[in-house]
Amino acid sequence: MEVRILLPEPFFTEVPVKITAHDVVHVARLARLHIPDKEIEAMTGQLNAILEYFETLQEINTTDIPPSTHAVALTNAFRDDRCSPSLAPEEALANAPETEQSYFKVPKIIET
Amino acid sequence: MMVMGYEPVIGLEVHAQLLTESKIFCSCSTQFGQPPNSQTCPVCLGMPGVLPVVNKRVVEYAIKTALATNCTIQRFNQFARKNYFYPDLPKGYQISQFELPIATGGFIEIDTESGTRKIGITRIHMEEDAGKLLHEINGGAAENSFVDYNRTGIPLLEIVSEPDIHTPEEAGEYLKALRAILQYLGVCDGNMEQGSFRCDANVSLRPSGERRFGTKVELKNMNSFRHVVRALTYEITRQRELLEYGDSVIQETRLWDENAGQTLPMRGKEESHDYRYFPDPDLVPLYIEDAWIEALRSQLPELPRQRRNRFIDQYGLPLYDADILVTSRQLADYFETAVRSCNQPKTVSNWILSEVLRFLTDPRDIVSFPVTPEHLAQMICLIHNGTISGKIAKKIFEEMRTTGALPSSIVERHGLVQVSDSSKLEKVIQEILDAHPSLVADFRAGKEKVFGFLVGQIMKATKGKANPRMVNDILREKLAG
Repeated sequence: MEVRILLPEPFFTEVPVKITAHDVVHVARLARLHIPDKEIEAMTGQLNAILEYFETLQEINTTDIPPSTHAVALTNAFRDDRCSPSLAPEEALANAPETEQSYFKVPKIIET
Repeated sequence: MMVMGYEPVIGLEVHAQLLTESKIFCSCSTQFGQPPNSQTCPVCLGMPGVLPVVNKRVVEYAIKTALATNCTIQRFNQFARKNYFYPDLPKGYQISQFELPIATGGFIEIDTESGTRKIGITRIHMEEDAGKLLHEINGGAAENSFVDYNRTGIPLLEIVSEPDIHTPEEAGEYLKALRAILQYLGVCDGNMEQGSFRCDANVSLRPSGERRFGTKVELKNMNSFRHVVRALTYEITRQRELLEYGDSVIQETRLWDENAGQTLPMRGKEESHDYRYFPDPDLVPLYIEDAWIEALRSQLPELPRQRRNRFIDQYGLPLYDADILVTSRQLADYFETAVRSCNQPKTVSNWILSEVLRFLTDPRDIVSFPVTPEHLAQMICLIHNGTISGKIAKKIFEEMRTTGALPSSIVERHGLVQVSDSSKLEKVIQEILDAHPSLVADFRAGKEKVFGFLVGQIMKATKGKANPRMVNDILREKLAG
């Protein structure tokens, strides 16, 4: 079923035009990525180039086209509330760098 | 509690685990207490390339909850990714709802000292629970933390109240009322200790009469209604003292420490969260048709408050009794089933409140209580028609509770039928009087309290089976001489 409903802000607000070095450092930290200082400038330029590329899309007239968040006009893909077998704990843990007694072992977390 | 000069403003966020068989986006079981990491699959472990699919029952439960809390269902709603790194979250994001939650703008009613109050509900949204982190296994402190992902993907409803609450007691009433609604709907078992009903609180103070909010503190780690009330009471006092000394409240998250009886700042969260929500591309939006809403509305049970009010109107029960009887749907059903068999609502209520509930830690356990409502009703009818006395009834009740036997057969087996034969009673009473001539003289000389002793002797002689009203009448008559 196709649904035509206007989505609220801020999904479709204008994207900030320019990415700054500060934004790059912030996003890198959120993504737990280490970006050497000397690469920040290059990265800033590349990200801005990507945004500029997207700006091409702004040239299209979208006056009569409802916003959407998905590429397909589908809604309500549901499954029934039924169980099926889970993985065995050994399988679930197979890719873990470290395990102990069927737990994933991670660096000490202070926060509770 | 009245805070002079400052008005506390409290908003509550409740996370309610839904009673589905399977998780919200995959078919793993939600069963509690299973071995660690035995209920996971590529979807809830966040493996690349998997496709989550919404459990339809989660949406149904959300709609029912929204209807029962007077919310507006958002026909069009969708899931969003909330991005952050934490080891209890295998994907690096939690699937939740953000701009378009399933329901907004409702309320529930609570009782306060100043009467009924409506507490607003800002929104209700669906999301997945995170895994469970352990900081030690095998006892003793460890160098690592350990993760169990069985809980990851268990469906939650987050129910956010408006900042309409002004005292810790109101917060407690709101939580009790909300939990009762969820339990009546059968969507959540409401167990705070086990974590299936969790509450965080936002609390701030503002000078009385001020419209703007003060700086708020988020409180976590309150595992019972009592904890919530204690934690809020502590936090309000702490903030008031800061403000009275001219200090300011810092916006932060604090944890309630029940043993220490205080709130402490949560460590390790210096940087503010930046969740970068965006619509989850793996999950198509939901469109809730009116027909679906109406079908679910027709399945709603009578809710606790309505039922309480009906108990007062229909059965003439006091508010106190009605409040307790409706704490669980099962207990209220038990009461009504008993009343259908024996139309003595107040007596039935008395027996439930004073005898039955003594044996239940959770009123929902009434369903497995050995004394069925029909048996209790039969026993009360036996008292009412004079077959047994109230005193004997307590013995019968005890036997019903331990054996599950029918009251009439217990009465028959033990010959417990009340003695209401006046010639038999007169004989017994005369014997007692003859045995205690001095007491009879005392009574006639004005010592009224001797009467009770004589009644006791008569009851003892008849093994408690004498009809108390007749004993009273005959004894008075004889003593009047």
